Amino acid sequence: MLLQGKAHKFGDDVNTDYIISGKYKFKTLDMRELAKHVMEDLDPDFYQKINAGDFIVAGRNFGCGSSREQAPLAIKYAGISAVLAKSFARIFFRNAINTGLPVVECDTDRIEPEDELVVDLSTGVITNKTKGLTIAAKPLPPVMIKILNDGGLVAHFRKYGGFKFD
Amino acid sequence: MGQTIIEKILSSHSGQEAYANDIVVARVDFVMGQDGTSPLAIRAFQEMEGTRVFDPERVAFVIDHSAPSPNEGVSALHQLMRQFAREKGIHLYDIGEGVCHQVVPESGRVGPGTLVIGADSHTCTYGALNAFSTGVGSTDLAGALISGQMWFKVPETFKFVCHGTLPRGVYAKDLILYLIGDVTADGATYMAAEYTGEAIANLSMDGRFTMANMAIEMGAKAGIMEADEKTFAWLAQFTRRQFISVSSDPDARYAQIKEYDVSNLEPQVARPHRVDNVCPVAEVAGTPIQQAVIGTCTNGRLEDLRIAAQILAGRRIHRDVRLIVAPASKRIYLQAMQEGVIQTLVESGAAIVTPGCGPCVGTHNGVPSDGENVISTANRNFKGRMGNSKAFIYLASPATVAASALTGRITDPREFLC
Repeated sequence: MLLQGKAHKFGDDVNTDYIISGKYKFKTLDMRELAKHVMEDLDPDFYQKINAGDFIVAGRNFGCGSSREQAPLAIKYAGISAVLAKSFARIFFRNAINTGLPVVECDTDRIEPEDELVVDLSTGVITNKTKGLTIAAKPLPPVMIKILNDGGLVAHFRKYGGFKFD
Repeated sequence: MGQTIIEKILSSHSGQEAYANDIVVARVDFVMGQDGTSPLAIRAFQEMEGTRVFDPERVAFVIDHSAPSPNEGVSALHQLMRQFAREKGIHLYDIGEGVCHQVVPESGRVGPGTLVIGADSHTCTYGALNAFSTGVGSTDLAGALISGQMWFKVPETFKFVCHGTLPRGVYAKDLILYLIGDVTADGATYMAAEYTGEAIANLSMDGRFTMANMAIEMGAKAGIMEADEKTFAWLAQFTRRQFISVSSDPDARYAQIKEYDVSNLEPQVARPHRVDNVCPVAEVAGTPIQQAVIGTCTNGRLEDLRIAAQILAGRRIHRDVRLIVAPASKRIYLQAMQEGVIQTLVESGAAIVTPGCGPCVGTHNGVPSDGENVISTANRNFKGRMGNSKAFIYLASPATVAASALTGRITDPREFLC
């Protein structure tokens, strides 16, 4: 699967409170509404800057903090096609895969704001068209590939009625 | 080959000999959801075409994050939880029962060797009871509600050996803040933190819960310790169930081992806006504060309230400070009342709010104003955490928070402990 868009860059340790603040997430299950507040405390106009298909590109430990699944969902509903980071916090990483938001662990130092990227999820190759270089992603564990290929954990359960990895 | 505590618990619950980095599907002994995460899990449960919960006795819902409800949006989500719990026969702890990470241990269902998941990142708290417990999101919670199982990557273990005895005025909160400052916010990512050594053995159970609670703030999947007579005595208050303690083998493999001597540790403070931005209290002493918070799943237990009361007894908080206290559970609230602790706190000027999460997560109970400084016993000081991104949050022990409430400035609590 090929994803194409522009990079929006963030730093290290972007926590889930920054991704979607607690003052919004408790109020509603309407993810389109929550998406309008994505990353608001780091960049109040961020939602306005997103074109469908764009990427969030960050440093280490992306998604640390609370277990709120509204975080990957708000990112997804805001039109972001994948998050690229040097590393992810574990609950966010699971939540993203479970809800079908692609997360890509790679060296993000070679991506600058506004760079045009193409991400090939099947090969794990990121092409930075602006810089004319490619970056290799760290492969996902097979269990996660299985869940992603099934379309998330909900689809996996609908298909098998439980966990099935063999 | 020797195994760590976590490897043993994941082996016994998956039916295979598990070691770090293996992927296992394991049976869960207990499953918890709170009001920020359960509504989405209920939706996922329905989308997964779930009909019944694997074992209603092993599930709890807790309404603690926005309790009582501050607005109609939250009320609708609380109603959704109550209705689902009624239909499925799940026990729901409604408003005022307490914060999930206190009421679940008090249920007596969680103990040594058990495997627990909760849709809240601080579910690692029950590691204090020698349980492997970890936080998950709503979809994982839904999967566990249906199947009674979850998949895990067996974590490596990061062992923290803490020697010595904590000095007077220095508590478990200071120690865990110090460790987080040392290894940083992602120092133990994907790993289990195992706390050991005489400093841990000397801690009360309340102090151990504080240590385990904040493991997630260094990225850890669990914060676990061995069980001892204190653990079993604590559990005996709530259950007659028999648990078998689990210890790491002498030849178990660790990803990392760090040793600390706590004998000269000073009270610690985490400065805005990062939990690992830690310094001794002296470095920030004198910083004016407008709000002080004692409570949360980190430090809302009886020992915490007693320490605060000891410092506040017979004194009045500074006129420019609001002090908010949220007992961690109804049981703790009642005990604190019987002991006169609540009276002391209220007489000193504290406002007591409903047992639960209090103002920690920014939905109610004391959202700070623009530019204000807050000192809190909570576990997170991210920008906007308490509902206002223009406020500044400092994290500290109940003693430091109480002392600071008296002077209106961040204060070393040892000045008030004679």
